[in-house]
Amino acid sequence: MCTLLPITIDKLTLTAGQKTLLNNISLNITSSGILVIMGPNGAGKSLFMRCLHGLSQPDSGRILFAGDEINQTHRKSQALIFQKPVLLKRSVRQNLEFVRNLHRTDNVASIELALRNVGLSKLASQPANQLSGGERQRLALARALMMRPQMLFLDEACANLDPASVSNIEEVLRQACKDGQKIILITHDIAQAKRLADEVIFLHHGALCEHTPARVFFQSPKSQAARAYLDGQILV
Amino acid sequence: MAQAVGQYLMKQKTLFACLGLIFISFGSVAKGAENPSIVVQSTTSTKNSGLYDYLLPKFTKETGIDVHVVAVGTGAAVRNAMNCDGDVLLVHSQQREEDFVASGYAPRRYALMYNDFILIGPKSDPAQLAGGQDAVAALRKIAAKGYSFISRGDDSGTHIKERALWQMAAFDPTAHSGDWYREVGTGMGATINIAVGLGAYTLSDRATWLKFTNKSDFKILVEGDKRLFNPYGIMRVTKEKCPGANISHAQTFIDWLTSNAGQTLITDYKIDGKTLFFGNSN
Amino acid sequence: MSIFAEATATAFSLIINANADLLEIIGLSMKVSLSALLIACILGLPIGALLGTFDFAFKNTVKGILTALMGMPPVVVGLIVYLHLSRSGLFGALELLYTPTAMIIAQVILITPIIAVLSSQILEDLHEEYRDLFISLVVPPPNALLTYLIEARYSLLTVILAGFGRAISEVGAVMIVGGNIDHLTRVMTTAIALETSKGELALALALGLILLILALFVNFAAQQAKSLLSVQRYGG
Repeated sequence: MCTLLPITIDKLTLTAGQKTLLNNISLNITSSGILVIMGPNGAGKSLFMRCLHGLSQPDSGRILFAGDEINQTHRKSQALIFQKPVLLKRSVRQNLEFVRNLHRTDNVASIELALRNVGLSKLASQPANQLSGGERQRLALARALMMRPQMLFLDEACANLDPASVSNIEEVLRQACKDGQKIILITHDIAQAKRLADEVIFLHHGALCEHTPARVFFQSPKSQAARAYLDGQILV
Repeated sequence: MAQAVGQYLMKQKTLFACLGLIFISFGSVAKGAENPSIVVQSTTSTKNSGLYDYLLPKFTKETGIDVHVVAVGTGAAVRNAMNCDGDVLLVHSQQREEDFVASGYAPRRYALMYNDFILIGPKSDPAQLAGGQDAVAALRKIAAKGYSFISRGDDSGTHIKERALWQMAAFDPTAHSGDWYREVGTGMGATINIAVGLGAYTLSDRATWLKFTNKSDFKILVEGDKRLFNPYGIMRVTKEKCPGANISHAQTFIDWLTSNAGQTLITDYKIDGKTLFFGNSN
Repeated sequence: MSIFAEATATAFSLIINANADLLEIIGLSMKVSLSALLIACILGLPIGALLGTFDFAFKNTVKGILTALMGMPPVVVGLIVYLHLSRSGLFGALELLYTPTAMIIAQVILITPIIAVLSSQILEDLHEEYRDLFISLVVPPPNALLTYLIEARYSLLTVILAGFGRAISEVGAVMIVGGNIDHLTRVMTTAIALETSKGELALALALGLILLILALFVNFAAQQAKSLLSVQRYGG
């Protein structure tokens, strides 16, 4: 079970100049499973996720993991997959070795297993920067899961990937979820959200519009914005 | 962290071995300077003439003393010696040398050798100086029509002599500096290169000229004026001014050069059968 | 054009006959410039890393000063070193003037700013790319720094070659502090200056050609080292 739950987000606000990027967001994330964050471009999804992971600092408001402010220990049990994977200019295997050598704990998956999970075993000694987009993202996922994080963030990790890679990643996420890891993912792909989501958060203009179980969200969204978004309208 | 470094270094051991070999091989080039040595602050004219290449191996062989020659203009050589960055001063400006002794930097000046200055220029010789013996008159001719003249401009012995000649001609060429009178601020050889390049007149010491290779169509136009006499003096620094100096070896060097044997060697140094310097210590 | 033919012929005959004086001069040039390069790297790379990856007060001032020092004329550096090493100077008692050590000191002062500034730019770009990932993975700063240096190794090699090029080719500083003393402090560039001043233009040009060949050789060796590095990284 994930010991970082519940996440308590209290009046989270972040502004840049005149613009309010995150507007007074408050919610509790209590249940395990897959949480999907949705919303139009510029809604503040990535920034919200960065705040959760401690990469960006809010101007005001608090985020508590099981009652504590975020600290290094929390971050060590979290992992974040960026939309554009950042890999070291080394072989596939050495990218994983780098993470394994970082923190000397026994709680590390074997590199072979991690590679097999994402279907990269045959490419282990290839230079990472020669991989395709999908392979790169799968390597990033393998690297994130190496440390057996309790909480996994994915920031549009499947955007513009080949279907095989997307399918592989979703499968890995479902398995991770079964293993008790909390998964929070941003996606623009409504079909993917339907396939994966247990709960959905919908953001618009930096504000929280909805936080509902997935089934409710897709059948009868409460907010006007979410309804329009699901209908495929452009939200301004 | 340390472990990560270690691992990385292990992987790169072939490369590091190669680098190590390169450094060791270069290290072996540095030779142990076992001999005692002295530094001589001297002029570009003596250096460029090849005199040191001829004399110094003989001196080192006889005495076991290495001589390191720093060749700069006379002005710079005197200044360096006053900073105690030389044990011996060998230059050609009698006034500067006597000032050096008078200021207590050297116990005395030894006359060493002489040659003469010459006025050189292109074969076309627009000022029609060829064959002349009056250096001062020649400078007046150059100034009258403003033919290009290259001055050392570096406070060297040659430059000091040139200024003295202009003074005798009662003419101040610096008023035309940058026009036909060009002060290049560099050594004798480099100055001749520029004169050749511009087809201009210049004053040179005979030794540098004889040894100089890039003569093009240049030749000696004026020589033999007794005002073109070019004496070289040698002196060592004093213990009082320069406590760190190598006094005894410096004196050995001076004694050797001013001895009969040393003087004969100097006068015997010839290029194309012509003597460059005449010993005059006696 | 005949002087070029003559210079080429002279250069080849000097090389083929392994002229002893020439070998000594080449050896000293390489020894002085490679030693200066090594010291400049030991000083400059950490400064570059500090400037590229850490924020501190007056950082831009320091960077501005170092950038200005990149363009410092060698003669000025030579003069400053001369005044300090002269027997009447601050460090006169060390008796370093007119020695290869003095020449190394001058060249270190010349090329350390180049190595520091160019490497700081490279490391800054890398830091930009990896910062979020390394915060996310909780990579300790020293480890991150080491990783930057390894990741940037090819670019840094180019920086180091630039530093070497400046060192081996400069004449103003070594002329003043070395004195161009035969068999003691005469290097390729001061020998070229001397032969030029003697009017031995063909010989001077021949030495210039040999210097060029030397630079090509060093660059070739660096290319070899580069491919060796990449083979070792991806070999297993």
